[in-house]
Amino acid sequence: MGEEYLEKELLIKGIEINYLYVCKTKLWYFVRGITMEQESDFVDLGKFLHEKSYFGEEKEIQIGSIKIDFIKKSDIIEVHEVKRGKQMEKAHIMQALYYIYYLNNLGIKAKAILHYPKLKEIKEIELKESDKEEINRAIREIEHIKSLKEPPEPIYQKICKNCAYYELCFI
Amino acid sequence: MRKKSLTLLSDGYLFRKENTIYFENARGKKPLAIEGIYDIYIYGKVSISSQALHYLAQKGIAVHFFNHYGYYDGSFYPRESLHSGYLVVNQVEHYLDKNKRLELAKLFVIGGIKNMEWNLLKFKNKTKFKNYIEELNNCNKITEVMNVEGRVRAEYYNLWDETLPDGFKIIKRTRKPPKNEMNALISFLNSRLYPAIITELYNTQLTPTVSYLHEPHERRFSLALDLSEIFKPMIADRLANRLVKQGIIQKKHFREELNGVLLNEDGMKLVLEHLNREMDKTVQHPKLKKNVSKRRLIRLEAYKLVKHLVGQKKYEPLVAWF
Repeated sequence: MGEEYLEKELLIKGIEINYLYVCKTKLWYFVRGITMEQESDFVDLGKFLHEKSYFGEEKEIQIGSIKIDFIKKSDIIEVHEVKRGKQMEKAHIMQALYYIYYLNNLGIKAKAILHYPKLKEIKEIELKESDKEEINRAIREIEHIKSLKEPPEPIYQKICKNCAYYELCFI
Repeated sequence: MRKKSLTLLSDGYLFRKENTIYFENARGKKPLAIEGIYDIYIYGKVSISSQALHYLAQKGIAVHFFNHYGYYDGSFYPRESLHSGYLVVNQVEHYLDKNKRLELAKLFVIGGIKNMEWNLLKFKNKTKFKNYIEELNNCNKITEVMNVEGRVRAEYYNLWDETLPDGFKIIKRTRKPPKNEMNALISFLNSRLYPAIITELYNTQLTPTVSYLHEPHERRFSLALDLSEIFKPMIADRLANRLVKQGIIQKKHFREELNGVLLNEDGMKLVLEHLNREMDKTVQHPKLKKNVSKRRLIRLEAYKLVKHLVGQKKYEPLVAWF
């Protein structure tokens, strides 16, 4: 596998995988450049966390369409992602799995480590065979959402109130 | 931290030293917390260092300048950081399609009319402009829409006049220069409101020069003019009304100049104080179920427009419920 998908996959950003699991409306707006992040205190906090932690590492490594917080090398490549809280853990995991999958497709063996500096926790992630199918599904779904002419109707969830897109969605 | 609009009325010097912006005037040097500044309105004679402008641009803070008479001159509008080619294309498409443009133009005017009606009700007059709205629905051209808007406004001023104290009647709307006190007050407030709308548009992906009721070739941020149809009655007129009826603004706050009447320095200061307070006042939003400031209502209106343009939800102009 890989070969026939490679070109398409190269276009998907890690954050898009993340957003797919957080909210489809947000994903639709995001891919059209209608972003709200500048409005969010949480995003500021995330940036701050990112800037102020893990000194000495080279940060924000862009490889094709993915941008990794930082990379370390042990026996294999370690992809490190820094996150603020665990409310969206599923989205974080999928984003990390996608990074591994992406690197695998380039012929690079990798694992991922999620950092929650505020919780003083880390989580190691490895890509299993069963994850690959889910990632393929996710990629197809992102492509579908990108192609929609109108944004998906927002569905209210508890997390909406803290989302930078809240006002846009529910006004 | 809630960011606030900063108004500089006195003469002075705005500069940056390391990562702090200072304003220095006759009374001394004052540091300004950059993270707490939303936008800046300059009425005094102020020199600004380019370093200060670099820093303000980096933080996305717009600076609006007003002349000696309190009229808007222009803005330091930092490089746009929010881009959506997709939205620009949709904005333009809604302009080029005659029906789509008319629909939006009418909605802005309807919003304005309904807010004028609501004001009149607050001023104890129950006149409804229903016939005008019907007339509007039958308009096929922007000029016809503009015409209806003009006639409503003339009637609105007449009806409002019946409730205004002597010496503060509008009589006839005059601009540049305004011929009497109430005209001067309304013009001054509108001049301050327009750049406030520009700040809000700056913080969205909307292109401020592509508009629907006003022509985009007016060499202005004409989309801000479209939105001001709604906010002039809701914010400026209501504040003007309150200021004169409560005797906060009096004859002594005006000066005669340029064959007309203008607010004097004390007058401007008072009006701006009240306006800043007014913009920060919050109301409970029935849809969002949270408190939003009047200033934020402008942003929300921009979001509603975004949703209309991308086909998510038809634009419904804001009509004050407070």
